[in-house]
Amino acid sequence: MTTFTRRLAFTAVAAAAFASLPALAAEKVNLGVSIPAATHSFMGGINYWANQAKKDLEKEHKDLKITIKTAANAPEQANQLQDLSTVTKINALVVFPFESAALTKPVAQVKAKGAYVTVVDRGLTDTSAQDAYVAGDNTAFGKIPAEYIVKQLNGKGNVVALRGIATTLDNERMDAFNAVLKNSPDIKLLDAKYANWNRDDAFKVTQDYLTRFKSIDAIWAADDDMAVGVLKAIEQAKRDDIKIIFGGAGAKGMVKTIMDGKDKRITADVSYSPKFIYDAIKLTAEARLKGEKLPATTIIPSVLITKENAKDFYHPNSPF
Amino acid sequence: MPPEQQTPQPQPEAAAHRSETEPRWTERLHGLGPVIGLVLLCIAGTLLNGDFATVDNAMNVLTRTAFIGIIAVGMCFVIISGGIDLSVGSMAALIAGSVIMFINWAGPASGSPLLAVVMGAVLAVVLGAVFGLAHGLLITKGRIEPFIVTLGTLGIFRAYLTYFADGGALTLDNELSDLYAPVYYASLAGIPVPVWVFVIVAIVGGLILNRTAYGRYVQAIGSNEQVARYAAVDVDRVKILTYVLLGVCVGIATLLYVPRLGSASPTTGLLWELEAIAAVIVGGTALKGGAGSITGTVVGAVLLSVISNILNLTSIISVYLNAAVQGFVIIIVAFLQRGRR
Repeated sequence: MTTFTRRLAFTAVAAAAFASLPALAAEKVNLGVSIPAATHSFMGGINYWANQAKKDLEKEHKDLKITIKTAANAPEQANQLQDLSTVTKINALVVFPFESAALTKPVAQVKAKGAYVTVVDRGLTDTSAQDAYVAGDNTAFGKIPAEYIVKQLNGKGNVVALRGIATTLDNERMDAFNAVLKNSPDIKLLDAKYANWNRDDAFKVTQDYLTRFKSIDAIWAADDDMAVGVLKAIEQAKRDDIKIIFGGAGAKGMVKTIMDGKDKRITADVSYSPKFIYDAIKLTAEARLKGEKLPATTIIPSVLITKENAKDFYHPNSPF
Repeated sequence: MPPEQQTPQPQPEAAAHRSETEPRWTERLHGLGPVIGLVLLCIAGTLLNGDFATVDNAMNVLTRTAFIGIIAVGMCFVIISGGIDLSVGSMAALIAGSVIMFINWAGPASGSPLLAVVMGAVLAVVLGAVFGLAHGLLITKGRIEPFIVTLGTLGIFRAYLTYFADGGALTLDNELSDLYAPVYYASLAGIPVPVWVFVIVAIVGGLILNRTAYGRYVQAIGSNEQVARYAAVDVDRVKILTYVLLGVCVGIATLLYVPRLGSASPTTGLLWELEAIAAVIVGGTALKGGAGSITGTVVGAVLLSVISNILNLTSIISVYLNAAVQGFVIIIVAFLQRGRR
């Protein structure tokens, strides 16, 4: 839906907040950052970029203090939000919620104590609990690979897809992917199964796809981690019918492959960089230092990565 | 008189013989429930998709079962002795990460990539044994519940892997990875190496459990620890050894796992502990300990991976319900097994 309606709602909320509160004069910003622990590569990237933001921004602004907390699950994150609010006494918060519904109340409580709240990636169920929303573009994440695959196959062929974990975010991607394929009746999506953004599960699911379908033209792995498992499974089955393997997110290994042209099946990727946590922290901190507000919604665009622009997306030091 | 004397003589012999064969016979009975479940599943799989019954698919399934299966054989000992180990998935992940870092370092350092890979494989088993020993000592000498010890190490092992991997993935260098790959991908006589290893581990496990004094002690401790103690069984030593054995099994599984993807990440081995425990229990071993069988465990492990294989080969059921199907099958098989007891 609904980036549009969401955006509308946010604008209204932000406008209301703006009218009721006079812009704060420049004061010390005590910024709390609450993110999930590094349990897989993407979250590893989130952690890396959050710490990078702390390093860069604290050096740049001496009125800024950033406290980063990582949580292993939603209840732990809720507790940490409480601690950040009452013990660390933050006046600004950047939060990457574990899940939308469970974290809405705890975030609302932080906001009720006067902190400025920026929510990253997963929107809260009640948007009045946030001041600003910064996210990657999940629709483009599904749309770009679909368009690329359709174009490369000249509108005709068999495609299989892998999915992540059953979440709204994954649904948005899949829906966008399907929407594009609908316009190309000769492209057949044979199946789409969950592989949990996990290399091993992707390996197994792909093995079974290869057993089941004798001719596959393209695999939408939908994640660069899963693409690793996909490649190994194809290699083991010694299949050469697959022409395109499309990952997602722009992990450094994948970007390097595209940059060097190492694998002719991997010629493109779509960006969904964990660096958006860096952008969110930077935008929030700098706006608050000036006493300003952020736009209600900031979408960090997902773009097609090809050989030409790959070097802009290559961060060899990031774990992702 | 002589005829009378002759007849009683074979009787004690037969009785002794029977008491020796009896456990094996009941064991087979226990194993029957899962076997029936597996056969039914395979028939269903073949009906749903003809490709299910191909040799290639069977080898795929058995190969991917190998990791969980090997761990489950070790787990079987621990559970029969009345213990539990929740940490095996994390342990496998940490061992995989450590082995990868070691091989990446030793390859260039020793100048012999082959030696580095071999030493890495040995390191996997040694690390497993050391971790198992630590568990065993904490549980017996430290007198901490196995649930708590291994719940603790579950977190510790995975956290250290995440720390070493910097939240990302540890990846084997390309050239070394190619050298190591045959351990997972190669076949001997048409059967992939991991399946051979799985079979050997299962046979050795079965022999230890059923044909050695140690195996009997494990079962005795599981059914009544006090009595075993009074019978002068060195309970602590036997228990420690079960955890070491499990650690070695995890090490073996990991040394087969590493060449598959050539990488370890914080999601490596996630929930393996539950799969391994489920394989053991579905296979007819009592969670409270005392009795169990390796054959059942092997069948249980295969059964679990066959379910997900069939689900992947068909799309009659909504993907959202995959986990539910697995749940139903596990409960039904457990029920069959109960009925056969």
